[in-house]
Amino acid sequence: MSEKLKLDSIPMNKQAPEIRRRNPYEVAQGYTYEQAVEEAKRCIQCKKPACIPGCPVDIDIPSFVKGLAEGDLPRAAKIIYGTNTLPAICGRVCPQETQCQENCALGKKGDPVSIGRLERFVADWARENPEESGVFKVELPKATGKKVAIIGSGPAGLTCASDLAKAGHKVVIYEALHLAGGVAVYGIPEFRLPKKIVQAEIDYLVNVLGVELKRNQVVGRSATLDELLADGYHSIFLGIGAGAPMFLKIPGENSNMVYSANEFLVRLNLMKAYLFPVFDTPVKVGKRVAVVGAGNVAMDAARWAVRMGADEVYIVYRRTEAEMPARTEERENAKEEGVIFKLLTLPVRVIPNAHGSVEAIECVQMELGEPDESGRRRPIAKPGSEFCMEIDTLVSALGTQPNPLVPRQTPDLKTTNRGTVIADEKGKTTKERVWAGGDIVTGAATVISAMGAGRCAARDIDEYLGR
Amino acid sequence: MLRLICSRVRCRSWKEDRDVNMNRIVVKKELAAKIKLIEFENPDVASKAKPGQFVVIQMGDKGERFPLTIGGIDPDKGVVRVIFNEVGKSSRRLGALGEGEEIGNVAGPLGNPTEIERFGTVLCFGGGVMTGPMAYEVAAFKKAGNRVVTVIGARNKELLILKDEMNALSDKLYISTDDGSEGYKGLDFLRDIFEGEKVDRVIGMSVATATLRTLCELTRPYGVKTIVSLSAIMLDGTGMCGVCRVLVGGQTKFTCVDGPEFDGHLVDWDLLESRKRIYSHEERVSALLDEHVGKDCASRFQQARK
Repeated sequence: MSEKLKLDSIPMNKQAPEIRRRNPYEVAQGYTYEQAVEEAKRCIQCKKPACIPGCPVDIDIPSFVKGLAEGDLPRAAKIIYGTNTLPAICGRVCPQETQCQENCALGKKGDPVSIGRLERFVADWARENPEESGVFKVELPKATGKKVAIIGSGPAGLTCASDLAKAGHKVVIYEALHLAGGVAVYGIPEFRLPKKIVQAEIDYLVNVLGVELKRNQVVGRSATLDELLADGYHSIFLGIGAGAPMFLKIPGENSNMVYSANEFLVRLNLMKAYLFPVFDTPVKVGKRVAVVGAGNVAMDAARWAVRMGADEVYIVYRRTEAEMPARTEERENAKEEGVIFKLLTLPVRVIPNAHGSVEAIECVQMELGEPDESGRRRPIAKPGSEFCMEIDTLVSALGTQPNPLVPRQTPDLKTTNRGTVIADEKGKTTKERVWAGGDIVTGAATVISAMGAGRCAARDIDEYLGR
Repeated sequence: MLRLICSRVRCRSWKEDRDVNMNRIVVKKELAAKIKLIEFENPDVASKAKPGQFVVIQMGDKGERFPLTIGGIDPDKGVVRVIFNEVGKSSRRLGALGEGEEIGNVAGPLGNPTEIERFGTVLCFGGGVMTGPMAYEVAAFKKAGNRVVTVIGARNKELLILKDEMNALSDKLYISTDDGSEGYKGLDFLRDIFEGEKVDRVIGMSVATATLRTLCELTRPYGVKTIVSLSAIMLDGTGMCGVCRVLVGGQTKFTCVDGPEFDGHLVDWDLLESRKRIYSHEERVSALLDEHVGKDCASRFQQARK
């Protein structure tokens, strides 16, 4: 190695906390061209890259980074788009620190190459320069005459749809809501993932790849899987996600101003309640907000509460910061924006006021005991440690579970006792001609793992259809 | 704070995707003051819907999603009927559409269908606009071989709807008004019915929670199973958000996927009434702005802020 290793990564520009606390725009502003090239040049181009195995969709990371380092953006874009349909989304919301960047050779001595930021830069450039990048010009193969229904237009469904369309199959996506995108439109906030980016990805699918999108179609109610199969579809991919909220199951949690994180985020992200009354859907956010849970969704809800003008926003979590499932970046962002972490705290009761709205929550102090089956130390309540937190808004962000609508209507589709659909590693379910992938199979996980599952299933469906 | 955000954000209108169902209005009637009947084309809903289910409607890409109980279908023509009261901004917008115009987004059918069997004698109560969907149920109960006693109610005689239709569908029709301007005053007369004959099931539909509650209290002493359709606040209508949660028999249920019909004797009415009021202030703001600032208040508001 002739050149000296550059151990520090180039920081990304962000909106300053005191400014972004009061606006809904994207926090991370992305690299400039110069910054991106400089960061890309840090990559030492390992002979056996450790980054690729970390990527659920197997992007040839060293090659695209090399292209970028040499200033050849079209090549970089081509490599990324070759295996990843939604790079602008992944570059923003993937947990790179536990995937591609985890085993980066540079990470042993310093910062790993910021692969996510580079991916985002290339994807944004390609979207803004569609002609020059050339990635949006796709020669579709001759139509195979086979028809596939994709249920759900989230990350799994979109990836599967794109791969199958590129293989020449006729693809129709069924989406229950009035907007396509799944969790990327209703779950992830504007300040983390601008909705115009999601829309651009969907436009590409519809306008370039010729995928048909049917919105407002609640499969399971409007049509069952069997009806779709009888209706001329050769196979079905189920990417219906884990959309049903979980509550705390404590007394008083049906009081007013107690939200599920899903409701809170659907109001703000999908229905744009932050623009009420320009948009018709309102959201009520009080002055003292507690968000229970410590995943990315909890951080999103807490950070929206800050933006909606709350004076004090708490993350209430029964373990410590070390056990939090949220990404470090999101945790840091939340803290910078003034979110207060109430750790080792478990709400046991919601206390409503005379009007039925939450007035306070009774909590107990916890301490960490022996590790449980997840490997995290089990929190145990300290006897006699009860105390009250005065709040006027409570958001329950305890995770989500699969929506039972489709499985309930499809008896031969086997599910686990957690409600997830049983599927093999290729996504094949117990029901003939039906594949599934994403949160509906794994339970709530990440955008990129859903995309990986969508891709696997597409490969298997394509093989099945070719037979 | 809110204004600040509004001022900075340019609202992007979402590109319309290619859709199949057009939701074109084919029939529109005014049944009483502010009570409108609309029939629109949506073959997906029309081929699937059963009594008791609902659709979620959104007027325009800035509109809220709101549920309307299905008031009937014509599967052959692919037409769906809804009857609604113009109370807020969204329902007024819907009521302002004419024949030939299209409703933006319609999703459905949602919710569980009414349990329709041959029970014997069924008493169907439809209050206000919900007389519409009740007519759909009355027809279904009749078809299943029940003797159907129908009660339609309204605040006053001017607001009574579908009298003739209900009369033709039912074995017996009673009319009740809150002020006594037509038929019986209030619902107390129902006691006489229950004293007089064996009723095997009661079905109640009304957007007025208090009326349904009264109905359930009336039937409770007679031990008649009373099924009521609850009108909780909804957002997506597919079990995703939980805003429509109600307490039934001590258990939390989602009105959209577990209901909308529940055993009325087990419903926690206080909670339902309280939860229905969460956004009453915002609903008023929205409706008043729409009414007084004009049809384009939203875009003008935005223009002024730019």
